[in-house]
Amino acid sequence: MTAVSTAPAPPAPVRDKDGLFDKVLRARELTIAAGLILLVVATTIANPRFLSAQGVEDIFLNASILTLLAVGQTLVVITRNIDLSVGSVVGLVAFVTGKLVTDGHSLTLAIVVGLVIGTVCGLINGLLVSFCRVPALVVTLGMLYVIKGIDYYIAEGQQINAANVPQGLLDLGSGGFLGVPYLPVIAVAIMFVVGYYLRAYPSGREFYAIGSNPEAARLAGVPISKRVLTAYVVNGLLAGVAGVLWLARFGTVVADNAAGWELTVVSAVVVGGVAIVGGVGTVWGAALGALLLTTIGSVLVVLKVNSFWQDALTGLLLLLAISADRLVSLRVARTLRKRSAAHHGS
Amino acid sequence: MSEQAPVLALVDVSKSFGAVRALRGVRLELYAGEVHALAGENGAGKSTLVKTFAGVHRPDSGRILLGGEPVVFNSPADAQRAGVAVIYQEPTLFPDLSVAENIFMGRQPRSALGRIDRKTMHAKAAELFRRLGVALDPRRPAKGLSIADQQVVEIAKAISRDAKVLIMDEPTAALTGQETARLFNVVEALKAQGCALLFISHRLEEIFLICQRVTTLRDGAWIASERIEELDEDKLVNRMVGRDLDELYPKQDVTPGEVALKVSRLTREGTFTDVSFEVRRGEIVALAGLVGAGRTEVARAIFGIDRWDAGSVEVAGSPLKNSSPTAAMAAGVALVPEDRRQQGLVMEMSIERNLGLTRLKALSKGPFISRAAEHANAADWAVRLQLKYGKATDHVGVLSGGNQQKVVLAKWLATDPSVLIVDEPTRGIDVGTKAEVHRLLSELAAQGLAVLMISSDLPEVIGMADRVLVMHEGRITAEIPRAAATEESIMSAATGRPGKEAA
Repeated sequence: MTAVSTAPAPPAPVRDKDGLFDKVLRARELTIAAGLILLVVATTIANPRFLSAQGVEDIFLNASILTLLAVGQTLVVITRNIDLSVGSVVGLVAFVTGKLVTDGHSLTLAIVVGLVIGTVCGLINGLLVSFCRVPALVVTLGMLYVIKGIDYYIAEGQQINAANVPQGLLDLGSGGFLGVPYLPVIAVAIMFVVGYYLRAYPSGREFYAIGSNPEAARLAGVPISKRVLTAYVVNGLLAGVAGVLWLARFGTVVADNAAGWELTVVSAVVVGGVAIVGGVGTVWGAALGALLLTTIGSVLVVLKVNSFWQDALTGLLLLLAISADRLVSLRVARTLRKRSAAHHGS
Repeated sequence: MSEQAPVLALVDVSKSFGAVRALRGVRLELYAGEVHALAGENGAGKSTLVKTFAGVHRPDSGRILLGGEPVVFNSPADAQRAGVAVIYQEPTLFPDLSVAENIFMGRQPRSALGRIDRKTMHAKAAELFRRLGVALDPRRPAKGLSIADQQVVEIAKAISRDAKVLIMDEPTAALTGQETARLFNVVEALKAQGCALLFISHRLEEIFLICQRVTTLRDGAWIASERIEELDEDKLVNRMVGRDLDELYPKQDVTPGEVALKVSRLTREGTFTDVSFEVRRGEIVALAGLVGAGRTEVARAIFGIDRWDAGSVEVAGSPLKNSSPTAAMAAGVALVPEDRRQQGLVMEMSIERNLGLTRLKALSKGPFISRAAEHANAADWAVRLQLKYGKATDHVGVLSGGNQQKVVLAKWLATDPSVLIVDEPTRGIDVGTKAEVHRLLSELAAQGLAVLMISSDLPEVIGMADRVLVMHEGRITAEIPRAAATEESIMSAATGRPGKEAA
């Protein structure tokens, strides 16, 4: 072996010219956006009233809470974990907040208590998953039932009536400023903050690193437990916010309000291109997924299709999304394999 | 140079994993501006030592000294903060993130408000690649990089840390000659800058080329630390092996029978190309080559785990169906995989359960598995392979590595195969059991089994094989008969250099 005194002149970097990966990732968000537009156009042709100001506002109002939850869930799923307890958390927060204001406590106190409940639920999930190393699926499934039980215990079969909820809170749910409703503004603002953090901050990138290769993350000195805990706590807090907004939006609240929502949230996230095995995906995609699922719900109502079909369609979309992911990743792996082989051959 | 204090040192360090004593009273001193080689056979404890320096393992006893002061590394982050960078044998990258992010994870250049400055990050990564003389786009994802390119990213990562100590665990194993020369330029540059380096390689000529000091380990124990001038290759091999080689490789002479496995022009795009060879009954044919040369992939394709794109495989004259392990098993092919914990055994199941897994039909009465038949089957194989175990109902995970390997072997031998493919049959196995596995393979071949043995352990290849096939970058570059097989002839074919003995 001869020792070379100077390194050979490096060949010009082979740029990933067509930005294969960027394209694949953007493709998902663009596909959903395109599907959404197609859906809206087709429905409007079938029933022009679909695009009325009220109709559009309803879709955005309904999508807001789902979007908030999808943003939180994205944080968790990117780290190769999952949170199935959010539906129960929303239900509990909505009911407790409602009960506090009905009982005459101040609105501020009620909201603070609601947010604290959400955060504490997230904290418990996070501690069990990150420090006790219990699989996330089991922990959060357990929490789903525990929180639901507590909710039923507190509710004792009662319900919160909109008439007893302060008008200020109800305004937050259905009112707006200069015609722009508050709920979507809140959801979009939070989405931007979380999305920007994940993209632009070193600690944000660590969430992706953990999901992409946990062992490599450990060797790179990434504080895995801390990040996973953060993901759960933020997700819990956002579930708390969603619970308060749920009360604001609907006013009338019973104990099992958001039951089953955890699955809708996970569906929205996966349809939006966040890989269930972690490491890939954006909150923008997840938000688009939430908007798409909500729009499908409204479309079915407008087209007078039995609303039971909504579940079947959500499921179908989920299967489509996962199959598409799998196909695309096989395709990409194959292309890269060929490319690097060609590169070595030269 | 030896008067100065070592930058990093291990003092009487011991470490055990369960019953296995991976390190026993090991000492090692790394000096600034010096390349220190760590030599030893597979399973001698080199990787454990590396992970002790890296903060992955904490020693059971003994101390780590940093600049003469005792330190405790509780985590990889601690070691990194102390200026220790490690390049592991297997690259540890984030497939979904860009190459630049892989290099700078946790240390990204910041702009205002603590945000990542992507422009600077990409420029810095490009600068690192220029220093290393490679063409890699910092923006591309790590997914799909070749092993050599992944290694380059790892090296860039280590260099970017401005590490005081750089530890390289077999960095050249998957590199071509040119890539290795490039790496050694970098090593020389780092050495000149006063970096202390620890270098692990199975290629002795590399150790003699770039290292100033050699420490040898054998079966977890410290054997010697010497200056390179005091050694030659024979002495170093003697330190590493230190035992009678004939005993370890009890190869019986056989006369090969008819062709049992015939592989013709087998190709899987991007993985291996135009691979043709035959294995006859009674023969042990070794498939040698560097990590990443495509050996395991060929075995996987033959057994039907991965699809092949072109070519054919025949077992005893009849063609094998593409990508069907069931067909391969029915035709009499058995594959003992490289990673027995992940692919060869169900760790939570009992020994007898594992032994019976490949013969569930034969062990069943009607729809149910017969416990009695399972028990008898296990007892039979345990005796035949001299398995050392407590109870047949114990978890297979409690067995030592060597005995686990025997269980995997027995599991596949129970299917009465005519072709046995073994992938790294003795990796991580202690010397005694290693010899037993070798004797078993030799006996099986003598009984008429065709054995294809993938191995990175050169003495094993030379000691056990009737013929050696050498792969380099997905192609078979040489076929060497037993008489002509030497470390030199195999390594030159494996590194793609035209060797005089390569036929």
